[in-house]
Amino acid sequence: MCQHHNLKLCRLFTTISLIILLAMLSGFISFTAIASPAERDVALALLIEKSSKKRAAGVDALAASGDPAAASILAAMVDGDLFFQKSDNRVVIAKKQADGYAVIDPILNEALGVLPSGDIKKIRVNNRLRRQIRGALGGLNLSHSNAETRLAAAYGLQKSPDPALRPALKSAFAKEADTDVRTAMGMALAVIDSRPEAAPKDRLVAIELLTDSDSTEARVILTLLAGDTEKDASVRAAATIALDTVEDRLFYFQTLGSIFQGLSLGSVLLLAAIGLAITFGVMGVINMAHGEMIMIGAYVTFMIQEVFRSFAPEYFGLSLALAVPAGFVASGALGVVMERSVIRWLYGRPLETLLATWGISLILQQAVRTVFGPTNQEVGNPEWMSGAVELAGGVLLTYNRIWIIVFALAVLAAVWALIRFTSMGLEMRAVTQNRRMANSMGIHSGRVDALTFGLGSGVAGMAGVALSQVDNVSPNLGQAYIIDSFMVVVFGGVGNLWGTLMGAFSLGIVNKFLEPVSGAVLGKIIVLVAIILFIQKRPRGLFALKGRAVEN
Amino acid sequence: MNKPSIGLRRLIQTGVFIGALTASVAGAAADTIKVGILHSLSGTMAISETTLKDAMLMLIDEQNKKGGLLGKRLEPVIVDPASNWPLFAEKARELISKDKVSAVFGCWTSVSRKSVLPVFEELNGMLFYPVQYEGEESSRNVFYTGAAPNQQAIPAVEYLMSEDGGGATRFALLGTDYVYPRTTNKILRAFLNAKGVADGDIMEEYTPFGHSDWQTIVSSVKAFASEGKKTAVVSTINGDANVPFYKELANQGVKAEDLPVVAFSVGEEELAGIDTAPLVGHLAAWNYFMSVETPENAEFIKKWHAFTKDENRVTNDPMEAHYIGFKMWVQAVEQAGTTDVDAVRQAMYGQTVTSLTGTKAVMNVNHHLSKPVFIGEVQDDGQFETVWQTEGPVIGDAWSDFIPESKKLTANWTYPWVCGNCEKPKF
Repeated sequence: MCQHHNLKLCRLFTTISLIILLAMLSGFISFTAIASPAERDVALALLIEKSSKKRAAGVDALAASGDPAAASILAAMVDGDLFFQKSDNRVVIAKKQADGYAVIDPILNEALGVLPSGDIKKIRVNNRLRRQIRGALGGLNLSHSNAETRLAAAYGLQKSPDPALRPALKSAFAKEADTDVRTAMGMALAVIDSRPEAAPKDRLVAIELLTDSDSTEARVILTLLAGDTEKDASVRAAATIALDTVEDRLFYFQTLGSIFQGLSLGSVLLLAAIGLAITFGVMGVINMAHGEMIMIGAYVTFMIQEVFRSFAPEYFGLSLALAVPAGFVASGALGVVMERSVIRWLYGRPLETLLATWGISLILQQAVRTVFGPTNQEVGNPEWMSGAVELAGGVLLTYNRIWIIVFALAVLAAVWALIRFTSMGLEMRAVTQNRRMANSMGIHSGRVDALTFGLGSGVAGMAGVALSQVDNVSPNLGQAYIIDSFMVVVFGGVGNLWGTLMGAFSLGIVNKFLEPVSGAVLGKIIVLVAIILFIQKRPRGLFALKGRAVEN
Repeated sequence: MNKPSIGLRRLIQTGVFIGALTASVAGAAADTIKVGILHSLSGTMAISETTLKDAMLMLIDEQNKKGGLLGKRLEPVIVDPASNWPLFAEKARELISKDKVSAVFGCWTSVSRKSVLPVFEELNGMLFYPVQYEGEESSRNVFYTGAAPNQQAIPAVEYLMSEDGGGATRFALLGTDYVYPRTTNKILRAFLNAKGVADGDIMEEYTPFGHSDWQTIVSSVKAFASEGKKTAVVSTINGDANVPFYKELANQGVKAEDLPVVAFSVGEEELAGIDTAPLVGHLAAWNYFMSVETPENAEFIKKWHAFTKDENRVTNDPMEAHYIGFKMWVQAVEQAGTTDVDAVRQAMYGQTVTSLTGTKAVMNVNHHLSKPVFIGEVQDDGQFETVWQTEGPVIGDAWSDFIPESKKLTANWTYPWVCGNCEKPKF
């Protein structure tokens, strides 16, 4: 069918169309194809095409070519490191550096030097291609020497299952020694076997495997097998039973997850409120600038991280350890200045205090806006605070939230110990209980006031360090927490750290159980109304202080 | 066919004549043309709006270097409505009646626009509104240079449903609880229903402004996505709530290839506060991305960096909207030979400007622009990379075809319609 004069071109064309055809019928591509440079080059030519359909065909063709470089090319592509040279359309792997791109030829495996960004063009990937590449890499990396790569391969195959890989997967599954990888491979096998084209016998085996799995993917497949699309009645029945088992287990884990989420929200509330429990709870100052103390702690974190980024990026993980004391000192010092300059003149005049501190909060906000600009600042999560641990059944406990719970409890314990066991704590309690008596016992009450206010502000600063890990670092950060903080302190019982703890956690958990039912907006309103009603009944909150001190 | 155009021309001529008269009277008093800038410089919205104030100052400065307008210098009048909606109306009144500005560039949230609308209509001012919004409005005194829903939301959802977008058949619509997300989602629901997506496959969830605890919602979206159908998230989450939302997505390991999120209010500016490496592949739909490679855009970015004296400042879609709006206003004033609002308004229709994406943006008679639509993927450097774009410009539609009561309405401010929400021409 090819005419004589342009035989070569015509043959190339035939090969390309054949490859595309093959790629589309990927079921027929044998996994152990013999390496052929021609096939590889045709595949690479498809990769630099504009149309994403052709690039998709290129990915399949490359995976099927059996070329030794295929895995590294595809891995670079999914990471966005695959480019082609504009001059000769050669496909290269390029890594960005300060003066351009360091370019490597993946086939010859040799460095081509540093090229300016104008000489090469990125091979675009979209979400569909990413899935496809992960599947293809799954096939290529099933017997990789590194267990982590094998695990990624198995996950890739779960996401885009390819029946053609079943034999390879089965033999890899039989040989696998690592438990995690084996489980993932079993899952991938089950995913392939549960397809409607598979034999009903295989699907029944798959269902059994899926029943033991806690992953959300298992639930997806079981739902499909239990549904109307499944033709085989016995499979449908087995899937329905399996689904019930899985869902019971998932419900249990999800409840645990909700409790964790509640604790986590509670710990955020607790952190925000501890400082206020001191300034408002112990001293009785309605401090509207409390939120801004939190914000300043967050900005201190940002500044410290900037220093680390420019001078010691390798120690970035330590930035938070330094930010905690720095945040405490910065906000604490500001608190002392505020108390000495403004608040001490206003003791016993709550309305004036409220207005004055509100004014201070506006001044601080606008000052930060002027210095740092109104936009969000980037505060990074250190390595040990990123990611999550999977409880089971897709319920994730994120590391940053686990650490915040721990941190909140630690701060609370420290503050409690300080008030309970140190001489400064003793003086603080003495002054709040009976100022005149404390004065006549030789306690310098003005100094104690300043230090107490400084302590409350400093604790708010530490809260800001932690909150910078979950929220925006912007001049508005504090405003978001001021109402919640007052809510917790009033609900828990003014002047009572134990009440603050219980108030924060109970509000957090109630909120998290309400939210899925009522939605976030209504949930918040319900909680607020409930607190108002509760305060009507118990004006002193959950844990009211008793005794003479309360009366005045 | 000829009659209306003669009428139109006459209208313009009279407008120009009256305009010239008033201009000469006003010109005797001052030899500058005042331009009002009505963007919040403090409060919650300062985060987004301050940049637009800077962009406007840059554009005005540039125009002055070119010799001003009609031989006069342009003088910016900046006011700060402080993210306070009633204050927007007060400041707008001040700009028009006290400062006598010729045009106002301003507002971000829909609620601020709704608040100044009666003032502009009463005093016959001219407002250029640069932000994508929910549509369902066309005022004689406002030019909408941001995207209408059919220039952003609808194409984005169509992309998600396409093979390249992942072929989604199930949608979680997440938004902040106010007019823009609610109206947009109403339009989207109608659109999805028309495309055969059942209500059971649509999840709608709203959160308060500044919502920071996304654990429950992200988990429930994940559960919603794990029921066997390809799912995508459409986010109309606004402002500050986005950073914690994306952080939670990243920490809970939601990968774009499994569960893509397409956002309508997240641009380069909003991504500045987040480490985007775990978010690569999530999407946004806009009419402009900073990464678009055109000579116009390269020059604009260069000027922006020079003006702000900061190499790291990003540009975004609403800035481009102001760029187009301002250039159009300048052209219209030059054409009309006056800054009189009625004359300039007539000259605005059909005005073209080469946008930063290299296409011809046209002002239509419904006061909305024709602009191309881009879908971009988040990259690890905080920029977007275009993965899809419309063939050419899309005409902004003031009244959505997917809401039955809006479908009947037409916005056309030229003869014989002369109306923003009519079923029949007025004349």
